[in-house]
Parts: sequence; structure tokens; C-alpha cells
Amino acid sequence: MIRIENIKKQFGEQKVLKGVSTVFEEGKTNLIIGKSGAGKTVMLKLLVGLIQPTSGTVWYGDTNFTALTAKQRKAIRTEMGMLFQGSALFDSMTVEENVKFPLDMFTKLTAKEKSIQVDQTLERVELTGSNNKYPSEVSGGMQKRVGIARAIILNPKYLFCDEPNSGLDPTTSMRIDALIKKITIENNMTTVINTHDMNSVMEIGDKINLLHFGELAWVGNRKEVMTSENDLLQDFIFASPFLKRLRDAANLNKLK
Amino acid sequence: MKVLFHFGRYLIFIKNMFARPERFSMYWKETMRQMTDIGVGSIVIVGLVSVFIGAVTAVQFAYQLGSSTIPRWYIGYIVRDIMIIELAPTFTCLALAGKVGSNIAAELGGMRQKEQIDALEVMGVDTTAYLVAPKIFAAIVVIPMLVILSAFFGMAGGYIACVAGNLISDAEFMQGLRSFFEVRNITMMMVKAFVFAFLLTSVACYKGFFVTGGSIELGRASTSAVVIANIAILLADYIIALILT
Repeated sequence: MIRIENIKKQFGEQKVLKGVSTVFEEGKTNLIIGKSGAGKTVMLKLLVGLIQPTSGTVWYGDTNFTALTAKQRKAIRTEMGMLFQGSALFDSMTVEENVKFPLDMFTKLTAKEKSIQVDQTLERVELTGSNNKYPSEVSGGMQKRVGIARAIILNPKYLFCDEPNSGLDPTTSMRIDALIKKITIENNMTTVINTHDMNSVMEIGDKINLLHFGELAWVGNRKEVMTSENDLLQDFIFASPFLKRLRDAANLNKLK
Repeated sequence: MKVLFHFGRYLIFIKNMFARPERFSMYWKETMRQMTDIGVGSIVIVGLVSVFIGAVTAVQFAYQLGSSTIPRWYIGYIVRDIMIIELAPTFTCLALAGKVGSNIAAELGGMRQKEQIDALEVMGVDTTAYLVAPKIFAAIVVIPMLVILSAFFGMAGGYIACVAGNLISDAEFMQGLRSFFEVRNITMMMVKAFVFAFLLTSVACYKGFFVTGGSIELGRASTSAVVIANIAILLADYIIALILT
């Protein structure tokens, strides 16, 4: 479980996060949603310690992550995996070398043991046989899956995904969502996903946090999205007239 | 104020480089890769620059001697000493600041922009140590070797220019090469090589590591890495000359 308390972040005069408190629950896919500029990416970077909050605290279990030194953070970081928006794969390494990198860096496994583990992980993300391809030789969706494989190979307790569906077609997006959901349940991880993909919200949003101009505007699950009367949530989720009509039709059917 | 900020951040950056490796074998592998890139990849450019500098030095000195009473075999002596004391370390490192320095800045800057450095950070890798230390260590091992090669190439260039151009005979050039040799000149060359190697790689790493923005900023960082490294090398050259002569 990750808990954030009254997190504020300011860049110069610009207040990006204005005192956000929430809990990201274990074994669940926790979503951070919101319009562009709402502070989603800043929030995710604060959670993993890539930037420091102006004030407030991030707790990993009972550990105050914000108060730790860079050295002390290393221990928690080996329990983290992160999928970046652009996948952040190392271009000069093959798929196998990318996935194996955390094993090379943090374990004393033999070459054979590493190879077995890499193959098993690639199988989990449905990339069997892609070992020797370079990131530039695989599609965007495959790159995301390589990124997921690299993020989960050390069986982390926490998984962070920054816009996992960006640049992907709806079918591939759904595959990625399903994969993240499956891995979260299998490993009982605390997964935090930063997204503005509506399919993700409705399919895998166990706990949804809506950010609006740096403030937490709504918290709930995907079932509550349909019934919530929060205007900001409704405006965000059902932004298009088509989706509004769909929601109205669904609500009408329920009444009948 | 801005200069002080960068200088302070540069010093902290260098201090952070000295961290305990997570896995020594990974650092070793990276150091070997860098040695190949910096060393093997630069032999041709260093060789070419040095041969021509040696040849030009010989021709120019022969011209300066004219019909003076100074013996002609002094050309060999001057080419040797000027290559060892000044031209081999300085010209080699100025050339490498362009080739290796811009390459390092672009590599690290590209990694920063593609979030690869952030990815390493989140994994728990000490990014300054893993990405910077192997480059600097490789450079301070390999660049002095290139400087030694450069000195030999320069003397070879001087020899070719003198003998093939009929400035002096083979025997006269060799007599010059063997005269008035002082070991401390070699020491000075090596001190310069180590200092310049450190400066050119650390400045390039710093500029690349802290790139923000897009491709234009990356290009600027790469260019300024070369410019700053060149200035730092020339300044250090002057200081070393003052101290060691």
C-alpha cells in the first residue's frame, strides 16, 4: 500500500499539486486520471521519487519514503517497477538484454537461470521468441510489453505505469490493460496507472483518483463512475456527445 | 551566478560518481565498451592529426632556421620535444573533445530525453555512478595511451616531412631525436593527458546528463560541451605549464 499525505508541488510560481492525500491499495489497479496539465505525471514522479514534493509525505507501508536519503531509497526501489510513456527501453540492447538488465544489475543468478527467467517473463507478456529483436524492430504495443516485462522481472511490490495506452490502437490498448490487471492480481502488487484512456477507466479502474488542476476532485471505482453526480468527473469521462448519449441510455435502461 | 550554480552542481555530480557499484561486472562491462569506443574509435583521427602536426612543425622550424648557425639536426629535437610537451596532449585532447565529448553529451542527453535515465533511477541504479564513472575511468586510461601514440605519430610525421622533403637527412633527424632528452617532459605529457581526459569527459557527461527540452537543446548541450571542454583544456594547459616548468 502507498499513502500520500497533503502532497504539494510547486515549480517557481506555478502550483502543480495543491495538497493531495489518497491511498493506493494493494492488489488493485489504482488509476490517476485527469485532463492534460492536471498534475498526473508530476504525481507519478513524486511517488517514485524522481522529483521531491514541496511539502507532504509519501508512505510505502510504514516507511516514510520522502524522508529517506538516496541510498536508503535504493532498497524500496528494487521493489518498484515502472513502465514509462515512451517505454524507455535501451536502444542498443535487444529485447532479452533489456528485460534481463535488472537481473544482471541486482541478482547473482547464473546465466542459465537468468535466461529461464527472461523466457518465462516474456511468455507472461506474450512476447515469446522476440528475444533477439531490438526495440526499433518491434511495434509500439510490443515495446510497451517489453517495458512491462522489464518492470516485473524482479517481482516488484509496486508497479507504476505512465500513460500505458498512449499511441496505441484500441485493441492493443485493451491487451495492455488486461495484461497489467492480470499481473497485478497474480503478484498482488500495488499498481498505480496514470491515464486518460476511458477504456482503462471502465475496464481496470479498481480505484480511480480524479485530479483537477492539482487537487483531488473525486475518488471511487469504475462502477461508481456511472452513478456519480460529480460534475468534474462526468465532464471528464463523458466528454464527447456520443459517450453522453451512451451513459444516458444506460441509465435509462437501469430505470426500466 | 549561473556559472557558480553550474560549477557547484558539477562538483556534486563528480562527487556522486564515486558510489559503490551495485554489480561490479556490469560496471566493468560498460567500462570496456567505453574504452573500445573512445580508444579504438579514435586512433585514425588522432593518427591523422598528429602526423600532419609533426610534419608542419618540422617544415616551419626548418623555415625559421633559414641560414642561421643553429645546426639543422635541431629540427628533430624540436619536433620531439614540442610533440611531447605540448602538441600531442593538447591537440589530441582538443580533437577528442570534439569527437568523444560531443558523442558522450549526445548519448547521455538522448537517454535523458527518452526517460532511460529515469528508468534506471526507478530501478534503483545509481545513475551518476553507472553512466558517468565508466566513461571517465575509460577516458583516463585510454586517452593517455592515445597521447603517447600521438607523440610517436607526430615524430613520424616530422621525419617524413624532413627526409622526403629533403630538409635534412635521415641521420640528422635521428641525431636530433636522440639529443637532450629529459624524462620530466614525459611526466608533463602524462599529467596533461590525465587532466585533459578527465576534463573533456566530465564536462561532456555533465552537459548531457542535465539536458532539458528537445532536440535543439540536445544539440546546444553537445556543442557547449565541446566549447567548454576546449576552454577548460587550454586553461588547464596553461596552469600545468606554469606549475611544471
